[in-house]
Amino acid sequence: MYRTPEGKDIFVVDGHTHFWDGSPENQKNIHGKQFIECFYAYHTGLSPKDQLWEKSKFEKYSADDLYRDLFIDGPDDVAIVQSTYLKDFYKNGFNTIERNAEVAKRYPERFIVNGAFDPRDGEKALEYIHFLKETYDVKGVKMYTAEWNGASKGWKLTDPDAYKCFELCDKLGIRNIHVHKGPTIIPLSKDAFDVHDVDHAATDFQNLNWIVEHCGLPRLDDFCWIATQETNVYGGLAVALPFIHARPRYFGEVIAELLFWLGPEKILFGSDYAIWTPRWLVDKFWAYQIPQDIAAERGVQLTDEIKEKILGLNAARLYNIDVEAKKKALASTPFSIAAE
Amino acid sequence: MATASVSGSREKELWRRLDEVNDPELDEAITEMGFVERAEVMGDGSAEVDFRLPTYWCSPNFAFLMLDGVRKALDQLSWAPSYRVKLHDHMFAEEVNRGMEAGKTFGDIFAVLAEDQDLGALRETFRMKAFKRRQEAVLRGLRLHGLTDLEILGMDLPAYDVARFEPGEAIKQKPRYRAALLERFPDRRADDPVFVTWEGQPIPPGALGAHLAELRGVRINMEFNGALCRGLKQTRYKELDVVDGEPTLVDFILDRVPARTAPTA
Repeated sequence: MYRTPEGKDIFVVDGHTHFWDGSPENQKNIHGKQFIECFYAYHTGLSPKDQLWEKSKFEKYSADDLYRDLFIDGPDDVAIVQSTYLKDFYKNGFNTIERNAEVAKRYPERFIVNGAFDPRDGEKALEYIHFLKETYDVKGVKMYTAEWNGASKGWKLTDPDAYKCFELCDKLGIRNIHVHKGPTIIPLSKDAFDVHDVDHAATDFQNLNWIVEHCGLPRLDDFCWIATQETNVYGGLAVALPFIHARPRYFGEVIAELLFWLGPEKILFGSDYAIWTPRWLVDKFWAYQIPQDIAAERGVQLTDEIKEKILGLNAARLYNIDVEAKKKALASTPFSIAAE
Repeated sequence: MATASVSGSREKELWRRLDEVNDPELDEAITEMGFVERAEVMGDGSAEVDFRLPTYWCSPNFAFLMLDGVRKALDQLSWAPSYRVKLHDHMFAEEVNRGMEAGKTFGDIFAVLAEDQDLGALRETFRMKAFKRRQEAVLRGLRLHGLTDLEILGMDLPAYDVARFEPGEAIKQKPRYRAALLERFPDRRADDPVFVTWEGQPIPPGALGAHLAELRGVRINMEFNGALCRGLKQTRYKELDVVDGEPTLVDFILDRVPARTAPTA
């Protein structure tokens, strides 16, 4: 729960968090080393100085660190923890669903654990989706289209194998498809983070919600256009939000575009923990106003009511979280008492 | 000493040439982004350039475009030296370095992975983005200076050349937009309007607001990459700022704080 300086309680769903192990012991090769180093560079590049972590903690933090940073020191009520396997880079995977489910079990009511699958695995991917549903009852999945798999250096949401997987998700009621569409890395001929495949997939799977993480940046214009056309496309603020500290005016331009094109109902808060921690992000977001000239040009405002939607109510809707019931349940868990 | 001054002026020329190479994705000089780690004229007159990008994962086609730019810049050096360009710490460094040395094209180097990659088309896309980003900065600068939309859109090249700006991005982009305009429309007449769309269409005065909104979209994307690259680059090189001369947490993390010497009292 986030308490505003005015004393109002705001329900916070952190739409994008991780519980990873990027430690040297788990790294399979140079790529694994470089991958976590790249994340660490994001962390040091955009965090306020007083929020910086030591590299060794960043590589591997404990379940208690996670819980404390999100829910005790941090304002989150519920966190969606995403699974990213990267088994070509890490011996035991980067943050597998097993690891995530364990921490969710340890702290009940707090986590929504999302699965992940790789459509390039064909039949096995379909079997795995069944397994995810039966074992973990997942409500969502995280798709990482730039992930390597053998000779393949990426895939598209519109690949026939991917469509088979989404058909199955639809059938099993796995409705929230988070898609990582972020900064340009790796692509050779095909840009694995190009956002246009979302357009087709969202049209063809109307029952599924497509949450585009990082709002497709640096392809914000393409993303906005698609999200405006498709009622079931949402934007996740992870990576865009930290700019609120380093480049506040720039963040104003981004959020103004999102509000103008998508409207306040389709933008989701996400810290991308442990790259950034939610405490300072939410503090700064609540205090933030779009610079007047930008707001005037786009004719948008970031009101308290809109902030409340972005911070939690929008994600609660997608994940069928009954906010009042959840507040009651959280109030009665032993951990929240310990946190007082 | 004569040789020292020759090598000094050659080194200046080398950097001047490198200053002209842009990161195509960001439309900013590679030297300004800090991608050139070392550029040196050796005793025998040959040139060596060490190149490093913000991350191991930076898109290899962008890396290649920049290195190709470096290669062309070095070809223009007045004393026509032999040279060596090396990309460091990149996932495809080996392939790129070997290929560059053999004078291969991107398609040759990445024959298997590149598939139908068309670097020509990519270059064209970047030229368009640079044109738009530069134009936006200048248009906003002129508005800030108090010109009406009608005055701005009626401007021809002679008027543009004497136009004044408030200090800031617009001044930096003014000559760069001019260059992009002349490159894009080499046959334009001097009295043609300076501000047209990338397709060469005039912009009606009532539509400047919408036009600027579109240009802003282009800039937001480029700035995102630029800001991210700078942030990542700093971390990679550990060029972290020192606040008020005092070490920060980062310095401690990176073990850059010298052990204190005992006070000599």
